[in-house]
Amino acid sequence: MITAERKPFEEILALLAGHTKVLVAGCDTCVAVCLTGGEKEAEILAAELRIQAKKDGRDVHVEHTAAIRQCEWEYLDAIAEKVNEFPVVLSMACGIGIQSMAEKFADKLVLPAVNTNMLGMPQEHAVWLERCGACGDCVLGRTGGVCPIVRCSKSLLNGPCGGSHNGTCEVRGPGDEEIECAWQLIHDKLYAQGREDLILEIVPPKDWSKSPCGGPRKMVKREARPV
Amino acid sequence: MADELVTSAIGPETIYHPVSTQPTGSGFEPEIVVFACHSCAYAAADLAGSMRLQYPATIRMIKLPCTGKLEVIHLLTAFEYGADGVYAAGCLEGECHYLKGNLWARRRVEYAKTLLAEVGLEPERLEMYTMSSAAGPEFARVATEFTERIRRLGPSPLKRASTAPVAAIAACASAAAHVQEGPSA
Repeated sequence: MITAERKPFEEILALLAGHTKVLVAGCDTCVAVCLTGGEKEAEILAAELRIQAKKDGRDVHVEHTAAIRQCEWEYLDAIAEKVNEFPVVLSMACGIGIQSMAEKFADKLVLPAVNTNMLGMPQEHAVWLERCGACGDCVLGRTGGVCPIVRCSKSLLNGPCGGSHNGTCEVRGPGDEEIECAWQLIHDKLYAQGREDLILEIVPPKDWSKSPCGGPRKMVKREARPV
Repeated sequence: MADELVTSAIGPETIYHPVSTQPTGSGFEPEIVVFACHSCAYAAADLAGSMRLQYPATIRMIKLPCTGKLEVIHLLTAFEYGADGVYAAGCLEGECHYLKGNLWARRRVEYAKTLLAEVGLEPERLEMYTMSSAAGPEFARVATEFTERIRRLGPSPLKRASTAPVAAIAACASAAAHVQEGPSA
């Protein structure tokens, strides 16, 4: 799923500077599941903005709404009436949803309230770990189901490197947390599967043109296109 | 005292109802919203009343089936509508009838404190307490202490900065019939 984190409040205030009528728009799919931008969080942010304005004696009109999915036109139709009451929309959806809103409601100023940060999985309740880099050329078949692109700090295709110590990476995560060595995990998994020979094969450079580095990507399912 | 538990959605009209605690003389009388667990703090308030214990008439109680019912937006709504202070009162840790409702509430109160700090309100205006149903004196003590804390902090800046809360309270008047009012001192 796509995960996101709310922007710092100060940054949101700076984005909204000078605007007095704002709709906070949540999205009830990915960002709701990662507890960042669903209807509940949109309601909280709207309340915060009203409290802050009231405290400073500023007259603002802030409401909230939520689309089931901001990244699809049909679901934006469902909130169009509400959106049209406001000149400014503060979207709490991922970057896809924010852009969909901006495109659908071209006469509105659509601003982001969150930073979309990764394609992650909930490892445990309220903890998400990055699991996919959307590189467009999946190698999981030869790496025991462990992605070296996002789980190895160096995105190595031929690991491990010399920075792997007792199963941990020489690079430390946020808060100085230990990071598991992806290539140790890959080795252990391949060994358990009896496929450890795979790790000895030299993998040639990856075709990064299929990743975001290759420019904007587009997918068309011809068989499913309207006739 | 209302007998019904708050089991439906809690709206502003429930959280902040227009019972005035404005000073009869001079001085600041805080308006404090208390979210009280049915199983402990609410019963403790009842006991405090039975024991004829005195505590300030500054608190307005909202009965919850468990403080685990408490959402962050309920806390913010109380402040938005002009409360000077808010606290949640749940069961002693380890004694929640729903196992962990009070622990969830504490987390949410702590999170809401960070939100208050973001918008420039003193986080001390919000607190989480725990007590048993037999803690009548403890209930009175907490109500007195928290009232003193809010007196020291002064009126909510939202009251000082704008007359909007007054208008909001008036708007809630028609819905006052739904208010879950707790026992008074």
